[in-house]
Order: sequence, then structure tokens, then C-alpha cells
Amino acid sequence: MQIKESSEVYDVIIVGSGAGGGMATKQLADAGLNVAVVEAGPFFDPADPKTMTQLKWPYESPRRGANTTRAFGEWDMAYGGWEIEGEPYTHEEGTKFDWFRSHMLGGRTNHWGRISLRFGPKDFKGKTRDGYGEDWPIGYDDVKPYYDKVDKLIGVFGTNEGLENDPDGFFLPPPKPRLHELFYIEGAKKTGIPVIPSRMSMLTKKINNDRGVCFYCGQCGRSCSVYADFSAGSCLIFPAQKNGGRVKIFVNSVVREVTTNEEGKATGVSYISKEDRKEYKLKGKVVVLAASACSSARILLNSKSKQHPNGLGNSSDVVGKYLHDSTGSSRAGFIPGLMNRDVSYNEDGVGGMHVYSPWWGDNSKLDFPRGYHIEVWGGMGMPNYGFGFSPNEFNKFFNLPVGGYGDSLRDDVKKYYGSVIGFGGRGEGIARKENYCEIDPTTVDQFGIPVLKFNYKWSDLEKKQAKHMQETFEELIHNMGGTPLGDTPTKEQDYGLLAPGRIIHEVGTTRMGDDPKTSVTNKFQQLHDADNVFIVDAGPFVSQADKNCTWTILALSWRASDYIIEQLKQQNI
Amino acid sequence: MDRRKSIQTIILGAGASALAFHGCKTEGEKITQDIPAAEDTKYFGRTPEELELIEKLDAEQLFNEHEMETIAVLSTVILPPKEPHGGPIEADVPAFIEFMGKDIPEMQTTLLGGLMWLDHKSNTEYGVEFKNATLEQQKAILDPIAFHDPEIPLEEQPLEIQFFFLMRGLTVTGYYTSKVGIGDLGYKGNMPNVWDGVPEDVLAKHGMSYDPEWVAKCVDQSQRAVIAEWDEKGNLLT
Repeated sequence: MQIKESSEVYDVIIVGSGAGGGMATKQLADAGLNVAVVEAGPFFDPADPKTMTQLKWPYESPRRGANTTRAFGEWDMAYGGWEIEGEPYTHEEGTKFDWFRSHMLGGRTNHWGRISLRFGPKDFKGKTRDGYGEDWPIGYDDVKPYYDKVDKLIGVFGTNEGLENDPDGFFLPPPKPRLHELFYIEGAKKTGIPVIPSRMSMLTKKINNDRGVCFYCGQCGRSCSVYADFSAGSCLIFPAQKNGGRVKIFVNSVVREVTTNEEGKATGVSYISKEDRKEYKLKGKVVVLAASACSSARILLNSKSKQHPNGLGNSSDVVGKYLHDSTGSSRAGFIPGLMNRDVSYNEDGVGGMHVYSPWWGDNSKLDFPRGYHIEVWGGMGMPNYGFGFSPNEFNKFFNLPVGGYGDSLRDDVKKYYGSVIGFGGRGEGIARKENYCEIDPTTVDQFGIPVLKFNYKWSDLEKKQAKHMQETFEELIHNMGGTPLGDTPTKEQDYGLLAPGRIIHEVGTTRMGDDPKTSVTNKFQQLHDADNVFIVDAGPFVSQADKNCTWTILALSWRASDYIIEQLKQQNI
Repeated sequence: MDRRKSIQTIILGAGASALAFHGCKTEGEKITQDIPAAEDTKYFGRTPEELELIEKLDAEQLFNEHEMETIAVLSTVILPPKEPHGGPIEADVPAFIEFMGKDIPEMQTTLLGGLMWLDHKSNTEYGVEFKNATLEQQKAILDPIAFHDPEIPLEEQPLEIQFFFLMRGLTVTGYYTSKVGIGDLGYKGNMPNVWDGVPEDVLAKHGMSYDPEWVAKCVDQSQRAVIAEWDEKGNLLT
């Protein structure tokens, strides 16, 4: 089989179309460069009625929203999931990593929670602060101008609070709290935990004439058909095209490797088309990887050549190392004060929480070095599969019988509707060399590409943090007049700490640094080993912070794009 | 996209009550934005592969006619119909249970075995199949299995208790995810609106109030259609 080679030479080939790839596409195409975007999944536009799930009712589906084919329920707008048929990944025995992949234009930005938090000044200098991990080669001041630009380009609601490590920005006004969130604010006050309006990328106010304004259906996970939430396709790639940019999108194209020449510089990529299962080559002057931290590491490790025998960019042997996800532990509580809800009004609001708690603790007085923030859920949501499965379980709190049948079930459902509140702690784990992904030489996917093998274990530090989360949640629930549901997770259960990967914040596999021996890219996300290859997903993150990674991916991708434009102008690459 | 509707038409078209307009009262600026028609139920957003799976499951049969009738009778005993929002039959609960049994095959043995248990018990006690027993007889069969000890894990309880728990769960979830069930619940969402906080009377009922300082930072819905502009310090000007 002969590999088909295109004659066109693109200025830039971008692999992946999520947050990082989308932002690079927008900036590089706006600068007049000829861009090819290579995406493993199909084309996707949130406004297409054929694929749209927004505003669907549960009864439009025979399974009423159950999660048989989509991990987060069948209305969730992520094609892919924890397991993808024909595209396996493996594990070192005794270790865990759950890998969520979404193959479609816009990637995981189509369904994400839109929690858009800047890293603070302390987050870039973790080692200086507590001795763990490594400092970033850049600081908050390097990224701040880009955070500001991302705020204005994409839109994020929130408030300027003047907090040291949760910096202010250019915010749209936040929505008012819902009823359960008022209960939370009160309970947190008693507990001594601060609460502020959330910071999320939905448009509560018009930001330009191309995107709509939030109409409060609470379904951002379904991707907004009027583009009132941030998805990389609707907010970056389509606008780049509309702006007259030269953007050619190759969908259903799975990149196998970056091709290189005698000098070791990249010449383009090779990919397999899912449509005809044949291998193709694209030529480009610059290659930008944005396939997700783990996928980009996989592509680099699979890009072996005479010049790069250990994989492209891997002379340091650091590609795949320092993989880390956010920590996560959750708990729910029953709040009697929220019983017998008045259903006369629509409280869908925006998708997810209207309020949250940024990290408030002083780690120097705690037995774990890094913090976490608290996410809050609850309210009178739309029923979907699973609703009312145990309609009167809370009767046990009132010494009433649990179970039964008949008219009383209707009363029970209404009595308890909206009376549960839930918390998710999302914290920072320490980046460690011993937690990594590598190529599994024994296994290939259905396209013949060697797959990743994961090796990841939480340390006691993350487990102690999860213990603190559970203690905090129980105190909060009690201070809201409620009862925690289920038993307190034990030490044997790692205090409810979810398996690595579960929070879907994979970062760190191609970390940046000034020393080519201990890092994969420089501070502009350019490979130390090949100056025309850049990585703009979360791979170059040195550490995660107790913040969700997307806003930082966007800011850093913009920053790296500016650098690429400058280097091309100066004919340095 | 030939069936686009403005927000206003969707709200009116959906037959919302005056209460659904609650949040719109303060609306100074009208926003006309097109939302693609949401009632295209042929796809409900499925991929071709997902549609194929549904077609495949639809072509299979899990329960025979007698079992389907028994499910219909049992689900109606569990959740009797009530005007004006009907019951499990109006909510297509039997068809939903049939589909879920195929969609989540792990449930099949419990469901099939439990149905056999019901008839066996009814035949033994009353010499009649469950579906043809009197309501009194049906209740006498269900009473001992309808209340489980919540402190004991379900999988450690007898099959008939697990079966009833599952049937009740599927019946209640099937009903409340149906059009009539959502009507009974009174859920007012899943339609375009303008969120402007919890109504005063609801706040009062739960002993809550908004902190004026907090609310002052929140969105002024009369300005939502005005494009955002900031000063250099990040203060919103519009």
C-alpha cells in the first residue's frame, strides 16, 4: 500500500481541534497563515438539528437518557468515552488511569463544565512554595495578558474579588444563586468557608454579534446551539473560517506520527483516514500538537526516526512522564430545609453551579501540600433515567417505612424533589515522574498504531487531601441542617478519591522547562529537540493547580501562537 | 434549518403558563435569536451507530405477550393512574421496561425470574395468574416484598424483593421521565427563559433571602442584549 502524499504545503498543521487546537487555529488563521486542522472524529456543529440534544425531553428516547452509549447520559455531547471500541489502552498491573477521549470537532470542549479558572501567581511556583514538584519557567505575569484576552474573546462570567491566588479578570455578570445555592452559602458561612459566584464560560450577556446569549436551559453539557457557551468549534474554528481565514479541516483522520527530515525537523504528519483506512501524509512548515496531553505524548513517542530514536522530542526521556489529573472526591447530602419544593418556577439556570468555593485553607498547617475548590450541585433538575428509582429512601430519616407502592409514591417523589445537594472537591495532585504513560509495544489500535500503557498511583498526599474533602463536606452538610448520604469513605477506599483520570484534566506529559534534559518543550511550548513542533494542549503544564485546566490551555495556546507567528516572521523556523 | 423558531415562539408554542414568563418581566431588551427546532425527534441527536443500536434492540423481543400484560398490571398497581396526569400506561412504562431490559441485559434475569415468581406465588395462593388476580390478592402478594430493609444491601436480599425494587424503580423513573409524569411533577424547565433569581414567595417559604451586595454583582437582565465592554481594570461598563 502506497502512502498518499498531498502536494500542498501548509504553513501550519494542527493536530486536534479542542481548546488548544481551536485557539491555535483561530490565532494562526487570523494571522493569515494557511492552516490544516487534523481531527480524529467527525465534523460537529452544535447548531445542527440532526446532532443536537439541547432541549430534548427524556421521552424522546426509548432509554430516557440512560448512559448506555454515552458515559454521562445520552444527551451529553461528547462522542467517545472511557472506552472506545477498537482503540484500547492498557495499564501496568496494580495501577489505574481512566482515560476519557472525545473524538469530534471541538473535542471535549463540547461537553465540559465550562468552569473557567485562571491559575494564580502561587500556582506557577509550587516547588518554591512547598518543595513538591517543579516551578514553571513562566509566572502569572507572563500569562495574565493572555488570560485577559481570552476573557474578552470567549466570555466568562464571574466577579472581581481581589483574591490573591484567584485573580480578577474581565468578567460578564454572574447569574443569581438558586435556592440550594443560598442554603450552601449559609452553611459555608457557618463552616468558615468562602463562597463566591462561579466563573464559567457562558454568555450571560452579549459579547459580539456572532454568538447568542444564554437562555438558561442548564444544558451546557449538550453544547449550545446558539453558541452561548464556549466550544472550540463554535467559538474559535468557525469564527476563524468566517473571518476569511484559510482553514482546511481534515475530519475522521487519526494522526499516526509526525514526519521528520534528515535534520530532524518536522515535515508534516501522517494520518489514517477512518473513511478508507488508508494512510496519508500532509506536509507543513510547522506542526502544532493539540490532541490532548496523552494523545500528543503518544504521537511523539510513536514518531521514531534515525534523528529521534527515542521518539520525537524525547531525548530527555520525559515524554509521557509527570502525567497528572486533578484529584476528586464527592459527597451528597439530604437537606430537609429543601423538602416540599415549590415547582412554580424554572430554575434550570446555567449548566452547573452558580456559586463555588475557591481554596481557602492554609496548607502549611495541614498534612497535604495543595488545595482544592468545591463545586456544588443540586436543584430541581429535569428528570432523566434513574429519577425516582428509590422514591422514598429518605423516609428512613423520619422513621417512616421505605418502599411500598400506590398513590403515596407520587407524594414521596414531590416531597423529596430537589432536596439533595452534592459537592465535588477538585484538587491539585503532585506531578511525579513515576506517574506516566508510555507506548505498549504489545498492543495496537484498529489503525495499527501502538497504544498507550498507563502507570499511575496516587500518593498519601492526595489521599489526605481527599480525607479533608470528606470531613469538610460532612461539616457543610450538617451546617445546612442536613445528613450526609452513604457512609464516610474509609482509608481503604482512599477516602472516596476517584481513580486518576476521572476528573478528565490530563496534564503534564510534555512539560515545559528551561533545561532540555528535564523538560520536553521550552517556555513557548516549542520542542527542545525540533524547533518547528509545538504542543498547545495541557501536555506542557508543569503542575495542575486546584483549577480546571481549560482557561490556561487557551491562554497558553494563544501565547504559543503569537510566538509561532513571530518566529515565522523572523524566519527562525 | 428550515424549522427555526424564536425564543418567544417557543415559549408560546410550548403552552407555558404565565409563570414561565416570571423571569422575563424585567426584560427591557428583547433578544431575537434563532434556536434550531428542538422537536426533530427522528434523530434526538443520535449518531448513525447509536440509531442502529436502537433499531437492533427494537427488533428483539424480551418479554412475551403474557409477561408484557403482567408488567402493565403490576406497574399500574405500583403507581395507580391519577387525573389529570394518567399513569404508567399513558407514560408507555411497559414499552420502556422492555427496552431497558434489552439495553441493560444485566437486569433480564431479575425481571424474567421475578415475573415467574409472581405467577407462581399467585397460582399457589389463589389459583390464578397475577395479572388476573383481584387487586386485594395482588396487594397481599406485594406487601411482603414491597418494603425492604434499607440497611441491608439489596443484592443480599431475596430475589423477589430485588425484583420488586427494580420494577418500582423502572415504573417510577419511566413515569416521571414521560410527558404526563413531568406534568405531574410540575417541572417547569427545559425551555428558553431568563433566570432572574428565586421568586420572593419561595425564598420566604424556605426562610432565605438574597444578600443585596451579592445581587448587585449579578446580571442585570435588562442589559443582556448590550455588548459587554470593560474599562482597563475589568469593570463592566455596559
